[in-house]
Amino acid sequence: MTPETFFGLFNYWIVICLMMTGFYIVISSGNLIKTVIGLNIFQTSVFLLYITMGKLTDPVKRVTAPILEGGHGDSHGDHSAHGEHVAQVSFEEHASEQLHDAVKHAHADLSEAGHGGAEHAHEVAEVLYSNPLPSVLMLTAIVVGIATTALALALIVRIREDYGTIEEDEILELDKELQ
Amino acid sequence: MMTPEQLIMTSLALPLLAVGLVFLFGKIPNLRDGCSIVVSVLLFGVTCQLAQLVFNGERPELVIGEMIPGFKIRFLIEPLGMIFALVASGLWILTTIYAIGYMRGHHEKNQTRFFACFAAAIFAALSAAYAANLLTLFVAYEVMTISTYPLVTHNGDEEAKRGGRVYLGILISTSIAFFLFAIVWTGHIAGTLDFVPGGILQQPFAEGKISPAGLAALLALFTFGIGKAALMPFHRWLPAAMVAPTPVSALLHAVAVVKVGVFSILKVVIYVFGIDLIRETNLTGSLSDVGISDWLCYLAAASILLASLVAMTKDNLKARLAYSTISQLAYITLGALLASESSVIGGGMHIVMHAVGKITLFFCAGAIYVGAHKKNISDMRGLGRAMPLTFAAFLVASISIIGLPPGGGSWSKWFLAVGCVESGQAWLMGALMISSLLNIAYLVPIPIRAFMTPKGEEPQKWHEAPMMCVVPLCITAVGSVVLMFFADSIYRVLLQIV
Amino acid sequence: MIEQLIQFLDVVSKSPHLPVLLIAIPLVAAPLLILIGNRKLVQILSLIVAWVVFGISVAMLGRVLATGAFEYQLGGWPSPYGIVYRVDHFNAFVMLFVSALGALVLTYSPPSVAAEIPRSKHYLFYPSYLLCMTGLLGMCVTGDLFNVFVFLEISSLSSYALISLGKTRRAPLASLQYLILGTIGATFFLLGIGLLYQITGTLNMADIAEKLAASDAKRAELVAFAFMTVGLFIKMAVFPLHTWLPNAYTYAPSVVTTFIAATSTKVSVYAFVRMVYTIYTPKFAFETLPLDRAMVVLALIGIFVASIAAIYQTNVKRLLAYSSVAQIGYMLLGIGLATEAGVAAGVVHMFNHAFIKGGLFMVVGCFALRIGSVRLEDWRGAASVMPMTCFAWAVGGLGLIGVPMTAGFVSKWMLLTATMDAGNLTVAMLMLISSLLAVVYVWKVVEAIYFSEPSEKVKAAKEAPLTMLIPTYVVIGATVVFGCWTVYSAEIAQLAAKALLNASGVVQ
Repeated sequence: MTPETFFGLFNYWIVICLMMTGFYIVISSGNLIKTVIGLNIFQTSVFLLYITMGKLTDPVKRVTAPILEGGHGDSHGDHSAHGEHVAQVSFEEHASEQLHDAVKHAHADLSEAGHGGAEHAHEVAEVLYSNPLPSVLMLTAIVVGIATTALALALIVRIREDYGTIEEDEILELDKELQ
Repeated sequence: MMTPEQLIMTSLALPLLAVGLVFLFGKIPNLRDGCSIVVSVLLFGVTCQLAQLVFNGERPELVIGEMIPGFKIRFLIEPLGMIFALVASGLWILTTIYAIGYMRGHHEKNQTRFFACFAAAIFAALSAAYAANLLTLFVAYEVMTISTYPLVTHNGDEEAKRGGRVYLGILISTSIAFFLFAIVWTGHIAGTLDFVPGGILQQPFAEGKISPAGLAALLALFTFGIGKAALMPFHRWLPAAMVAPTPVSALLHAVAVVKVGVFSILKVVIYVFGIDLIRETNLTGSLSDVGISDWLCYLAAASILLASLVAMTKDNLKARLAYSTISQLAYITLGALLASESSVIGGGMHIVMHAVGKITLFFCAGAIYVGAHKKNISDMRGLGRAMPLTFAAFLVASISIIGLPPGGGSWSKWFLAVGCVESGQAWLMGALMISSLLNIAYLVPIPIRAFMTPKGEEPQKWHEAPMMCVVPLCITAVGSVVLMFFADSIYRVLLQIV
Repeated sequence: MIEQLIQFLDVVSKSPHLPVLLIAIPLVAAPLLILIGNRKLVQILSLIVAWVVFGISVAMLGRVLATGAFEYQLGGWPSPYGIVYRVDHFNAFVMLFVSALGALVLTYSPPSVAAEIPRSKHYLFYPSYLLCMTGLLGMCVTGDLFNVFVFLEISSLSSYALISLGKTRRAPLASLQYLILGTIGATFFLLGIGLLYQITGTLNMADIAEKLAASDAKRAELVAFAFMTVGLFIKMAVFPLHTWLPNAYTYAPSVVTTFIAATSTKVSVYAFVRMVYTIYTPKFAFETLPLDRAMVVLALIGIFVASIAAIYQTNVKRLLAYSSVAQIGYMLLGIGLATEAGVAAGVVHMFNHAFIKGGLFMVVGCFALRIGSVRLEDWRGAASVMPMTCFAWAVGGLGLIGVPMTAGFVSKWMLLTATMDAGNLTVAMLMLISSLLAVVYVWKVVEAIYFSEPSEKVKAAKEAPLTMLIPTYVVIGATVVFGCWTVYSAEIAQLAAKALLNASGVVQ
């Protein structure tokens, strides 16, 4: 493994580190709040994995978030070309069928780019777009994560009301005494 | 006139109808018990009609449908099953009458549950008798185990619970761990589970799908898996089941349940393996000079002797009869495993002879308990004068069990002995003879002592049991002698299957 | 009036929107019910919703049986760009029993809920229950992998909430433990989905399968598979990842335990089967990876350990919980065979076990209501005062053991023949021996309730109310019916297995 590939995969290293950190906290911590925090870090690592996979970098061209610029050009873009989808698709002039078509290419091509890095030829494009889909997915996952955390915290509040502690071993001790 | 199919359907439906009626009229004991008797008489009538057909060479068939995709519940009556069905349904009438007398004489609780489970067990026995494939047989076998469990634990005390645990434990574990395994294995090798004259394993064996060692293992799985045959070392459930009320011991643990066991073994030997296959593999000695069933034969012989010896040590009458049953069942198992014509016929015949004889003995045990509240043999001295009919019947049935003329048992034991010679294991005959001597030693002294003890010892309270108990046992005692003269017809019927 | 109703039903059952209605109705109903807030009304409305959902499942299964698999495109976006709901034999079958048990348990629930959950929480209980059901059904119906994750979390979150409603103070802790493990599992699953998306650039299951076949990123495929498998194994409670299950089942309210035990783990099994057979291929899972051997070993160890653990329990809920862990093992055994018969056996056991375990937990709920305890020593002699409830236990228990004429026997038989045909005699033998352990723990309870002197608590008890007994008997009766008549259980399972294996290119 050359240093280039090592550092080229830096986002994965971060993901793995975060994930293992979070996992370790979940396993090792007896404090319920800390466990939940560990769980959050654990989840965050996966969010990062998704988001970084959608992000493009390119030494030459400008890479941006998938937001339409200008918007009213008459170049319809060359759908059949390899490489990234071309800018300035004019949505208004397309029938919905063509829209599907466009989305199809954007979808497939962008993700390919996300995976393989920016190794494709980019003769046509002036601007590259990052793949928006992973970010969208993570929006959902973050909501799920928040819900989980909220629920976990609510449960911990109830546990503290019942036991007067949030240390797992103390709780188990209390239960043993009861029996 | 009903078609054969309808007859089978009716004979299976009648016991179920009895279950329903018993529950329906649970609150009115007279009506409830009346229904039981009427249904049992009807059932016997239907089975007799079926028997006529079957003995004339017909093979009535009834397909219920697929229970599991690819596996049908199917009934097809052949002579062996028909004989078993006749015995079970015929003795059901007498036992019902007897049970009514016994249960009322004893003021037992839960009589409704008792009679319902009883009818369910008869249903299972008939289904097993008519089964056309191993799946149907297995289903019936298990239904019987479950439906008799409440009967064993009827008393509900600690002893009954323990007895029930042993009963269910041994029967369910052997059937699931061995019997079911053997069935599925057979299906895997043979591609069918149907009972076919000549066996279904011959072809696969010839094609080399199963080795002789595999065949031996399969036969052993069947023999031990059918735990109801009570072959040692899986016999413990039978003495444990003696905690049940006597009518249960009489019909189920002398007739229906145990006979389903040996009947299944006979069926497996005749229709799954085929007696030719077993004999061939035995003669060629392909398993290092010991045939696939030889060691099982020795085990059965050992079982005959050991159980007889244990029976001698038992003072509790029912326990002694239980061990005697284990010994007699091993005769039938031996007959099946010897796999010669005469031995199989002897085994089939012994199902009938032993059933009638043993049910009499159990009826007597129950009658003694009802009349004199005695369970132990040592307490029965001089009892014969107070209960002459009971002990006379006991003597007659003992003679049949021992195998002395004029008891019916003499014929079946004769064929079994001939079978030993036929299959080249003449020395096993020795085991049969010694066991017969032991039978004399543990059965005959009971009535003798009851009659021939000096006067003056007996208290005044002893008397015969109620008529409802005494009449059935006299009928079966007479039956065990009468069968001696009908052995020929049974022989001819059984000749059809070998 | 009636004619119009029939006509209406006819039109509805032919509607192409059934797959989305299945999800949309309960999903929309849940928050609306919370807004309504009236305890009685919420209860009645949720019951109606549950039965409507069941009706939709039946209609969908009917359509699949008549015309084969069909798709529904959400928002009219064609696959693989939009989300599609795809209904075939397999998931129609799973949805059928999930929604059937969902509706039956809900019908059964009111007295038990009234006794075990504070009155003020009732209006929240029913919507959570509906959401849980939505999540489970959604996992089945969707053809989109990320959607599976979302529905998995919907069902999980609502079940954490439901479990925490238990009466004892152990309930929140059990729920939290489940939450932590469940979230780890779900996150692993999410990670796996992410990797698959990186490889294929799509989330549509069929599309992924196609692209995976052509891809050469073997290592990434492997990692994705590993993460998803572990994630789902946690949700399935496969030994040794089952530790959350006994506590969660024991401390949750009876109704919740009943529903979750009957359905939740099975739906995760469904997702696992989809993953192995539709997304990946059995060849990948069982030849490239030795997952089949690992599954057999885990399943058998799990069956023995959990069954033995069950034998020593004195708390009946915990006893059944351990039994559930063991039963998952049987499903895995069948699925791991990768033959048509094996998968059919696994699938039919999902169905049969859902009814058996559901029925048994319903019985536990009846006892909990009348005796106020789920400890075995308090149940002693219950047959004298609660004969109907006790009989239901006996029948359900026989099903669990796998006695002929019960559904358990059908699955056992099919599993056994499948194992045998795959040439695995040892596994078949071990499987049979392990099933004997079920005899011990089932009979322990039967003896206690039938053949013991009544305990103090039993003496004060009376027979369970009819509103609970009738649904219990419907479920228990189903285990007997499906033990004798398998046209709608085993045969559909066989069709499902056939379709799955054909799709994944396994030649029989």
